Amino acid sequence: MTTTDPYATTRDTTEGKVFTVTGQDWDSVVAGLGEEPEERVVVNMGPQHPSTHGVLRLILELDGENVTEARCGIGYLHTGIEKNMEFRSWVQGVTFVTRMDYLSPFYNEAAYCLAVERLLGIEDEIPDKANVMRVLLMELNRISSHLVCIATGGMEIGALTVMTIGFREREKTLDLFELITGLRMNHAFIRPGGVAQDLPPGALDKIREYITWMNRHLKEYAELCNANPIFKARLQNVGYLDLAGCMALGISGPTVRSTGYALDLRKSQPYCGYETYDFDVPTWDSSDSYGRFRVRLQEMHESLKIVEQCADRLEKMEGQPVMVADKKIGWPSQLAVGADGMGNSLDHIKHIMGESMEALIHHFKLVTEGFRVPAGQAYVAIESPRGELGAHVVSDGGTKPYRVHFRDPSFANLQAMPIMCEGGQVADVIVAVASLDPVMGGVDR
Amino acid sequence: MSDSQPENLPATSAAGDAQTPEAEVIEQREGMFGVRGTGDTSGFGGLRRQVALPGSTPKPYGSWFDGAVDRLEGLAADGAIEKVVVDRGELTLHIKRENLVDVCRHLRDDEALRFEFCSGVSGVHYPEETGRELHAVYHFLSITHNRRIRLEVSAPDADPHIPSIVSVYPANDWHERETWDFFGIIFDGHPALTRIQMPDDWPGHPQRKDYPLGGIDVEYKGAVIPPPDTRRSYN
Repeated sequence: MTTTDPYATTRDTTEGKVFTVTGQDWDSVVAGLGEEPEERVVVNMGPQHPSTHGVLRLILELDGENVTEARCGIGYLHTGIEKNMEFRSWVQGVTFVTRMDYLSPFYNEAAYCLAVERLLGIEDEIPDKANVMRVLLMELNRISSHLVCIATGGMEIGALTVMTIGFREREKTLDLFELITGLRMNHAFIRPGGVAQDLPPGALDKIREYITWMNRHLKEYAELCNANPIFKARLQNVGYLDLAGCMALGISGPTVRSTGYALDLRKSQPYCGYETYDFDVPTWDSSDSYGRFRVRLQEMHESLKIVEQCADRLEKMEGQPVMVADKKIGWPSQLAVGADGMGNSLDHIKHIMGESMEALIHHFKLVTEGFRVPAGQAYVAIESPRGELGAHVVSDGGTKPYRVHFRDPSFANLQAMPIMCEGGQVADVIVAVASLDPVMGGVDR
Repeated sequence: MSDSQPENLPATSAAGDAQTPEAEVIEQREGMFGVRGTGDTSGFGGLRRQVALPGSTPKPYGSWFDGAVDRLEGLAADGAIEKVVVDRGELTLHIKRENLVDVCRHLRDDEALRFEFCSGVSGVHYPEETGRELHAVYHFLSITHNRRIRLEVSAPDADPHIPSIVSVYPANDWHERETWDFFGIIFDGHPALTRIQMPDDWPGHPQRKDYPLGGIDVEYKGAVIPPPDTRRSYN
């Protein structure tokens, strides 16, 4: 039946017989193996496979159903963002980094902006309101990112309800992002010096509604999964990695917290004013996929607590600035909602086009040339939903970054895939990879 | 500051504080907008700009830096630490490449240092810094002491070898492969130094400064927009 399928052919190579499997053609593969099939099979899983979280390629050496050796092949989503940034201004860089790890765009933006701000020497001058808005967006983003992790992880083991409710809640979060930043993803909202725009009218009410909604619905995940015997059977003792392994392999985030160690940069090296918020760092002590699931679940509740505190603070901050006062850094124009949706503020256009020639020159210089950043280098690490997200930013004193490197936690964490999977079964590979929550946009950049 | 100092440097950075190290000039740039070899009527050709990175910092470094540097100087071989730079509250140690693995082992194992966590390596290419064109920049986190440190190692373009620290920090495996892939730094002793992001048969190392960004002209309503790396830009 599949002999005529052009995408599922058999060919002989120096390494042995190679089968291309597209699904529902296992009979032909088994038949093709001949009378005495070799037990050892090398399976190339991905890069186009729904359960490898994007274009991740897993190379598995199987003995029957057991994985004897596992390796990752990455690079299928390499977009050259780091190189591209060297040809754009410092502010334009935000537009690039937000596209790296596309499930946690605000963290990429925040890490990059904090590094640029350190180079500029304006870390202490960021307005309070900008910091609160950054924390608000980052914590909302942590919830939406963990929801995708739990939802897709559930889908991969057949728990489809977890997927449907996960994406329902994520949609609520993205609605908030759209309201605040204008975009559901790839926001480029956090800018060097603050954030792009103030909260729109009515945003606080929407945030309150969201908190009420989430408080009601976040419980469902625990009710569906925590004591579910099938869920536990698939996750418990799968993808085991203890603290020593995490330290050796540079693993951070929920994976290290599932070993019982509360490593969280928000607590140990606070940034954006995290030291002033009341929240806990959840841990679990099983070092397995189930522990990572429980840590993520609990973290969403903690993030919601922070979101609530942000909303309380923002209520008292109406009218405060969201960008540094230094006019040589802050973007000159402000956006406003026009008849056609988003647009430049008409007041600003009136000012530069009709009232002040200097303002027009200033606007033009800052938008086309941008600001210069004093030479030097900075490394800023923040706690993204996946662990330590570091931005190493080098300036030569010019209007463009000289070099930007992101230490993406997905990239570092994926190194643990072989140690988690070898010796287990094929089905456990899916669970173990899902528990690491790699996002290929961040891995490959 | 010289008169060629650009006027759009933010005012906040101009004030020099006691800890700001002496700048080290690595490059001189002339002109503007990448215009070369044409009759200059604009005056831009007369612009001069020095590229100067923060240079060596004299003692005392302040904070916990003195204790850590003294400790490491005592443990590592003489002259292993070429330069200490304290800039913007971050400690950078420039290490001789032959001493790198030894220094890393002390960083990880010594009780007073204890940098357990390696955040990877990042390459930086300075084509004008003759003899030190390729830099490998390592970041470490000490969870015990809650500190960060940066090691910087340089290698000449003609001999791009730096020892691998995978034997000390296995976490650096993929990071070194990435830096090899993008900068062509050969990490000696790495278990399998192969390309990781680019295809296996890719020629060249894309994130070097002499490697073009690529791209094609885009035509829109009769006007042609060149790719970003060939557009006019500020030096």
